Amino acid sequence: MSGIEVIDSLLIKNGLILAFLTVGLMILVSELISKKVLNRRIPGVALAIIAALVIAYFGGDKGIADYPVFAGMALLGGSMFRDFTIVATAMGASLSELRKTGGAGVLSLFVGVTVTFFIGGMIGYAMGYKDAVSFTTIGAGACTYIVGPVTGAAIGATSDVIAISIATGVVKTIFVTIITPIVAKRIGLDNPGTAMIFGGMIGTTSGVAAGLAATDPKLVPYGALTATFYTGIGVLLCPSIFYLLMVYVLG
Amino acid sequence: MKIYGVAFLSACYLLGQIIGKYIGIGLGVGGNVGGVGIGMLLLVLVNDRFYKKTAIHPETEKGILFWSAMYIPVVIAMSSILNVKAALSGGWVAIIAGIAATSCCYLLIPALAKWSHSHANQTRE
Repeated sequence: MSGIEVIDSLLIKNGLILAFLTVGLMILVSELISKKVLNRRIPGVALAIIAALVIAYFGGDKGIADYPVFAGMALLGGSMFRDFTIVATAMGASLSELRKTGGAGVLSLFVGVTVTFFIGGMIGYAMGYKDAVSFTTIGAGACTYIVGPVTGAAIGATSDVIAISIATGVVKTIFVTIITPIVAKRIGLDNPGTAMIFGGMIGTTSGVAAGLAATDPKLVPYGALTATFYTGIGVLLCPSIFYLLMVYVLG
Repeated sequence: MKIYGVAFLSACYLLGQIIGKYIGIGLGVGGNVGGVGIGMLLLVLVNDRFYKKTAIHPETEKGILFWSAMYIPVVIAMSSILNVKAALSGGWVAIIAGIAATSCCYLLIPALAKWSHSHANQTRE
C-alpha cells in the first residue's frame, strides 16, 4: 500500500468523522469570509450552504457523496440525522406560540399544496405537457421531490415526466434554500407565527430547514413542525382529488 | 447525565416516527406523515408538563441542546448531497415550474400571516 492508499482507506473507513471535519472547516471558512470580506451582509451559514450546493454540482446523483471518501456526508446529511436534529430544535420552541398559530399553520398546509400543485402543473401545461397525468405529476413534483414520483407512479406517468417532476422538486428545494434569507424581511418572516405559516406554505423540509437556518435559527422549530406534514398531505391530495379534477378538466 | 437527554430525545423521535408511519398507513398513502412534527410536539409537551415542575437537570438538557446545535452542520452536509446536476438538467420545465410555484407561495405568506393575526385577535374579543 502506498502512502496515499493508506490515508484513502482510513478516510473511507471513518466517513462520518471526516464529514464532521469537512463541515466544520466549511463553516469556519464561510464565517471568516462573511465577517472579514462581506461585512456580515450574507450570514456565514448561508455562504456555507451555497458552497455545499456548488460542491454537490461536481458530484453525481448523491452530490459529493458519490466520491467514496465523502460517503460520510450522506450519513451526516441523510434523513436520520436531519430528522433527529430537527426534533431536538423543538427544545427551543414554546408551547403557547405553537398553540397561537396552530390553526393558521394547518390552513397554510392546504393552501400551500393546492397553489403549488396548480401553478406547477399549469407551467408544465404551457410548456407542452398537456395531458392530465403529466399535469398532475409535474404539479405534484412542484410540491416536493417525493410527492412527484409517488404521484407519478400511482397514476402511471412515463419515466421522463417522473424525472421532470423530481427535478422540479429539487429545483424548489435549492431555490428555497437560497432565496429565504434574502426575502425574509420582505415577507415578515421574523416571528414564530409567520415561520409556522412559511413551513406550511413551502413544505420542502430540507429547503425550509436550510432556509430558516440561514435566516434565524430560532425560527427553525416552528417552520419545520408544519413542513413535516406537507409531503404527507401532498401524497394524499395529488394522486386522488387533484388527479380526478384534472381528468375532468383536461379529459 | 447527558445521555439521559439524548435517550429522551431518541424516545420522542422514535415514537414520532412510529406514529407517523401508522398515520401514513391509515391514510393509505404509505410513507411517514408528520413523524418529525409529532416527535417535536412530544418533546415540547413533555418538557412543558413535567420538566417545568421538576426543573430539568442542566446536564440532561445539554444532551438535547448538543443535537439541536448540530442541526446547522447537518443541513450543510445535506445540501452537499443534493442532486444539483439533475435539477439543472431537468430542463426549463423543471426550473420554471419549481421557481414560479414556490414564488407564488412566498407572495401569499404575508396575507396568511395577516389573516391569522386578525383571526387570533377576533377570537380573543
